[in-house]
Amino acid sequence: MSAVPASRAWPAEGLARVPYWIYQDEDVYRREQEHIYRGDTWNFLGLEAELPEKGDFKTTFVGEMPVVVTRDEGGALNCFENRCAHRGALLCLKSRGNTKEITCIYHNWTYDLEGNLTGVAFRRGVRGQGGMPEDAKPESEAPRKLRVATFCGLMFATLSEATPPIEQYIGPEVAAKIRRVMKEPVRLLGGYTQVLQSNWKLYFENVKDTYHASLLHLFFSTFRLNRLEQKGGVVVGGEGGSHASFTMMKSDPSGDEYERAGMRSASGGYALEAPQMLESVDEIGDGVTLQILTVFPGFVLQQIMNSLAVRQVLPKGVRRTELVWTCFGYASDDARMTELRMKQANLVGPAGYISLEDGAATGFVQRGAAGASERSSFVEMGGRTVESNESRVTETSVRGLWQQYRRHMGL
Amino acid sequence: MDAALQLAVENLLARYVHAIDDDRLEDWPGFFAETCLYRITTAENLERGLPLSIIYGDSRAMLADRVSALRHANIYEAQRYRHTVSSTLVERVDANTARASSNFQVVRIMHTGESMLFASGRYLDRIRMKGDGGELQFEERVVVLDSRSVDTLLAIPL
Repeated sequence: MSAVPASRAWPAEGLARVPYWIYQDEDVYRREQEHIYRGDTWNFLGLEAELPEKGDFKTTFVGEMPVVVTRDEGGALNCFENRCAHRGALLCLKSRGNTKEITCIYHNWTYDLEGNLTGVAFRRGVRGQGGMPEDAKPESEAPRKLRVATFCGLMFATLSEATPPIEQYIGPEVAAKIRRVMKEPVRLLGGYTQVLQSNWKLYFENVKDTYHASLLHLFFSTFRLNRLEQKGGVVVGGEGGSHASFTMMKSDPSGDEYERAGMRSASGGYALEAPQMLESVDEIGDGVTLQILTVFPGFVLQQIMNSLAVRQVLPKGVRRTELVWTCFGYASDDARMTELRMKQANLVGPAGYISLEDGAATGFVQRGAAGASERSSFVEMGGRTVESNESRVTETSVRGLWQQYRRHMGL
Repeated sequence: MDAALQLAVENLLARYVHAIDDDRLEDWPGFFAETCLYRITTAENLERGLPLSIIYGDSRAMLADRVSALRHANIYEAQRYRHTVSSTLVERVDANTARASSNFQVVRIMHTGESMLFASGRYLDRIRMKGDGGELQFEERVVVLDSRSVDTLLAIPL
């Protein structure tokens, strides 16, 4: 059964069109929570390195559903709903910490780190008065447990038994691109959250859109960090839901495609006073200087020179999305390497030389299409189908997103 | 309290925010010593001992690059800031150095007319009393945001 009202039909052109109501309807948003986030998908929770010790926990979200992620006494990772069996209050109020058990502050019900209800305050009453009936089973409303999978130090969770194994879900080619970045133990460098005034799908499309990077992000093309004449490609996997795009150093210094086409992003004439920021190290050893990778519905892995980060895309309403950034290096980094990563952190995040525009661009679509619910965006760069491609002048991975999305939503 | 020192530091802080709020961004690097540290981070990163910055510059040249990128490369909707700086505590370190700690709030005004409380936090400063031209200059300015969240984008420095 379709997950959207009958009045909303996908355009006949298929994946080459995206109707604007998909970013605007409250009803679509509500149904996404059930069919996508609480459906057969793997939702990114964070890095295993965030929970190194037994008893470590963090709170986050699967779609809008609050969850607790723990490392229990046996060292295993668990994920369960952050909702007390009793009255539905948040169990865990802190964003992270270390604990032996979790106690709901409302009526002092307790849980172990696997999310099992272990204690109900005054269950037998006080001095023979009050308490629950003998046959009461408060466990029946216990927080739901999610299946947890880790891949290369990345934590994912799903509520569904039908979600395929994580590596199969990601697809072998994209999984290989995760492996090359997550090649050794990582060290957390820190994080922040960027609030986007747009629907979550506009951001997820933006990350998958290899065509925009060198045109919107003038910093890229001005310094020849990513121009479409550079060697690279885009790999689409996982039934369209995952992708990896990559760019190889070095560009042909004589390449002038942008200049000949009169692009805004070709405007030269200025140089950095402190170019050391852009002196990157080929630490993975394959000449790939940029790689952007996604896994449906909310995971992004980034290698922009030596700036490594994961981004968790969290929906916060039809027109609001939170982008949770966590930057990392490798545990083996020396002080010099950490300093280089600190400098290259200028490239990313809400103030990033090559990412700050994304924070606004998705909002421009949300605002621009406000009166055009029944119209569609036009997505025919690189054709009308979904396939891996050696060219990045394509929207193939954007169409891949919609292929996966429509399957989950029955659209 | 050293009243002359307090006044001199507060004057530096005031001139700094007026330069930004008046869109004289080209003047902004000049408030720093040639070798300096300017960074924006969050209280959470600081408390967790994590080194990540939202903006990081270790020289006046890196700060100048930020301004030229804003003028020539980066694309963002027209917007202005209005800084309010208060509760400045000043401490003399030695004859030529002081430390200061202040609170700030920044209202962001978009060209559409929308105003919002964009950022609040602390300035943690290390100030050279006789910098270039005998003026006070920042050797170090760590901008600690109270919140880990930034709305849309942070283009103009704080």
